[in-house]
Amino acid sequence: MNSILSLSIWTPIFLGSLLLLLSVINKKYNFYWIANFFALISFLISVILYLNFDQSNSGFQFVELKTWIKSYAINYHIGVDGISLPLILLTSFISWLVVLISKHSVKFALPAYNAAFLILSGLMIGVFSALDTILYYVFWEAMLIPMFILIGFWGGPNRVYATIKFFLYTVLGSLLMLVAFIFLYQKTGSFALADFYQLPLSLNAQILIFLALFMAFAVKIPMWPVHTWLPDAHVEAPTGGSVILAAIMLKLGGYSFIRFAMPICPDGLLFLKPFLITLSLIAIVYIAFVALVQIDMKKLIAYSSISHMGFVTLGLFVINPLGFEGAYIQMISHGFISAALFFMIGVLYDRLHSRKIEDYQGLVSVMPKFGALFVFFAMANCGLPGTSGFVGEFIVILGAIQENFWYAFFAALTLIFGAAYSLWLVKRIIYGEVKNSKIRQLLDLNFTESFILTLLGLMVLIVGINPGIITDVTNESSKQLLTLIMHSKI
Amino acid sequence: MFINLISNSIPEVILLCSAMSVLLLGAFFNNKNSTSLFGISQITLLACAFLTSQGWMQEKIYSFNDMFVNDSLTIYLKLLSYFSLSIVYIYSRKFLVNKNLLNGEYFSLTLFSLLGVNLIISSSNLLTLYMGLELLSLSLYTLVAYDKKNKDASEAAMKYFILGAVASGILLYGFSIIYGLTGSLNIHEISYALSNKELDPYVMSFALVFIVVAIAFKFGAAPFQIWVPDVYQGAQTPITLFISSVPKFASVAMLVRLLYQSMDVLVFDWQKLLLIMALLSMMIGNITAIAQINIKRLLAYSTISHVGFIMLGLSTGAVSGLAAALFYIASYMLMTLAAFGLIIFLNSEKNSVDNIHDLAGLSYRHPWVAFLIMITFLSLAGIPPTIGFYAKFSVIQSAIQFGWIWPSVFAVMMALIGIFYYLRIIKIVYFDNPKNSTKLKLKNEYDFKLVLTFNVLGLIFVGIFPNILMSVSTLSAALIF
Repeated sequence: MNSILSLSIWTPIFLGSLLLLLSVINKKYNFYWIANFFALISFLISVILYLNFDQSNSGFQFVELKTWIKSYAINYHIGVDGISLPLILLTSFISWLVVLISKHSVKFALPAYNAAFLILSGLMIGVFSALDTILYYVFWEAMLIPMFILIGFWGGPNRVYATIKFFLYTVLGSLLMLVAFIFLYQKTGSFALADFYQLPLSLNAQILIFLALFMAFAVKIPMWPVHTWLPDAHVEAPTGGSVILAAIMLKLGGYSFIRFAMPICPDGLLFLKPFLITLSLIAIVYIAFVALVQIDMKKLIAYSSISHMGFVTLGLFVINPLGFEGAYIQMISHGFISAALFFMIGVLYDRLHSRKIEDYQGLVSVMPKFGALFVFFAMANCGLPGTSGFVGEFIVILGAIQENFWYAFFAALTLIFGAAYSLWLVKRIIYGEVKNSKIRQLLDLNFTESFILTLLGLMVLIVGINPGIITDVTNESSKQLLTLIMHSKI
Repeated sequence: MFINLISNSIPEVILLCSAMSVLLLGAFFNNKNSTSLFGISQITLLACAFLTSQGWMQEKIYSFNDMFVNDSLTIYLKLLSYFSLSIVYIYSRKFLVNKNLLNGEYFSLTLFSLLGVNLIISSSNLLTLYMGLELLSLSLYTLVAYDKKNKDASEAAMKYFILGAVASGILLYGFSIIYGLTGSLNIHEISYALSNKELDPYVMSFALVFIVVAIAFKFGAAPFQIWVPDVYQGAQTPITLFISSVPKFASVAMLVRLLYQSMDVLVFDWQKLLLIMALLSMMIGNITAIAQINIKRLLAYSTISHVGFIMLGLSTGAVSGLAAALFYIASYMLMTLAAFGLIIFLNSEKNSVDNIHDLAGLSYRHPWVAFLIMITFLSLAGIPPTIGFYAKFSVIQSAIQFGWIWPSVFAVMMALIGIFYYLRIIKIVYFDNPKNSTKLKLKNEYDFKLVLTFNVLGLIFVGIFPNILMSVSTLSAALIF
């Protein structure tokens, strides 16, 4: 029981490598069910983690501490608190769903595809649970390798451009983060996160460190203007890749702001606050307009993701408990909704091999189940009350209005634009008359697809009706983190 | 008495005997049955490694009137050079047999250059150092021109020889100025004289610049890197593999003996020289590599940038910087062995892989080799969890510790540029459509493939458990003072 957290990191990585090995030995068989079994095991381990989690404890649980590199005082130090636990669950849950649908979305080298997702999910859980900054950095960078291969190998026509852009953008940010961590190590003599929290720093140092970390995390979230890799990566990635990118990888940026940048440099954060909020508002409003004019469905959802992540950063950077809570719920909720939307676009793409909006019209008459679910998720995407999308955005706007009326005004304005692009998309592809003759031959959702989407729909509803299921877990830990963030270190 | 005299240098004596006997035996064994030569050389290396490692963690031992020293640094670097030469033999064997080039001279020349490397590593006197350097350089010139019929190789050897001879001359000139000023050739006496005598600083900096330039040339650091791409491309791939691994240990040792130990007083003067050369090497190496399509030339520029990183560590003039550089050189050795080993593996009598586009779509046909290439190039790029990351990490750590934040930022930006062309190789291997590589027939050399696999997986294994190697390099660095 002591090493359950290590188990949840290394089991998927180990099983993924095993799958890779199996596929080298037997090249004929696709190992779909074995991959599913492996993914399910990994998911169940994180469920066990959740069941054993003590919600009243604000500190880190399941902590493991072993010496890793003695010369630089780097430790294998992992643990989870209320902030990381829901994201870990989300990671292994979505990874399982992605493996489940893999058979429909790729036609060749299936075992390697699934192995990449298993390894990726282990590494992402590692990022969420690392308490030593170098360990965190290693997981963070290692994560790029499977994603790089996923987009480049199974992606669309322009995949090479997209995947190299994705890799270089991310590495640019993370190298600066590494420099910042080493700088902090010089001051404290260890790479432990807890020591970085306690370290007093001058305002100038804090601003520089914050900017270095900002480069890493803002690229990942992504914030305007470093978002340009995301639409490319999303459009070219295979379905599973888009789902993981939108549902989890973007959250890594938000999580890292909460865990690293904000508590390590609270005064730098305060100093840069107007700048950061401006960037978030630009992302929310401007990107919503950009989404409106897209002709590619996947690109539209990709831009909508950026806009929604703008809500997350806005909630975080207004620095008050409401904003923080809203941003967190928005992260989880966006994880479900964007995953579902990318799954659905994948479903269409598998059938017609097109992502152009103009190629689809009147889907509801041939695919009624699909139509119903798509309308539901589009509504959730624009924040319909009762769905999780509403809770997050509403609380963030409440948090913003405490800070400044105009922040809330611009953020709320986007609810309208969000509704506009989501509903217009629905109108164009789901309703209307069937014009394309190929549409008539389309089959409705099969069992696997309906199962995945229903599961996601249920999660959206549960979080929407009872957000307490998340806030109960995060409450204690976020209180503690907020006191760190609001406490001056000069 | 004689035994006492040489007891400190038994590995070198064995190397010398073995190099000469291999040369003699080579006259009786021709190319096809060179197994015995291969065996003798490998056993020699094993014996040397065993004898060298005996002195680990013991006090410094001087012999030959303080001209020859054994300390922790010598053991670390010597063991690395034995190891890499042994791997070089394994990788180069079949390739050279096919080209009808595997004979006594090859083993003899490589063993002689190893002897030269050992002499440089163990030198505590400028004369020993110069002797080792000439032994090394002359063997290398010959090795580059080893394939008589190859015009490119002869051209490269000529270039290398002329520039190398000039560099040796420059080094000697620097030595003579130092001798004139301090009256000694012993590195400790030079150090003592520099700190206690009133010396003309202008003349002294003259000597310093000469010495640093010569070392930079031998190391292949910018702006003295011009010979590197030509020699790497012109020489036979196994020779390139040898040149890119073993002599680098000698260059590090030369830097340590001359700058860290004998001119330690002038640290503020040579620090900046090294820093500028380090940053320049990273810039020139990484940016020029982007334009390369010949794979050996690309690796040559990549080597220049790695040399830049090693120099950045050494330029701090501190123990932590030296430790970082020692760790870097070990990981660089593993990576360069893997990279050139893969190129040798892909080249056979049937097909030649010169151009990076020859690798297009390799993953469709040979997934395992493609995987090995990916890991190797990710490691060269410094992406965790491979060893290349820890190497860059430790160097940048030591630079920041010294207060060089902006040079470190510059270094990581250059590393980012480097990532681009390493990724391009992976892109070609994995994402490009197979055109030529469908024809690429690989030999079923299981022994070669096995060693190569261990070599590459070692990059990940040491990447996940870097503790031991880091501790050893830190310890070796700490004990030299």
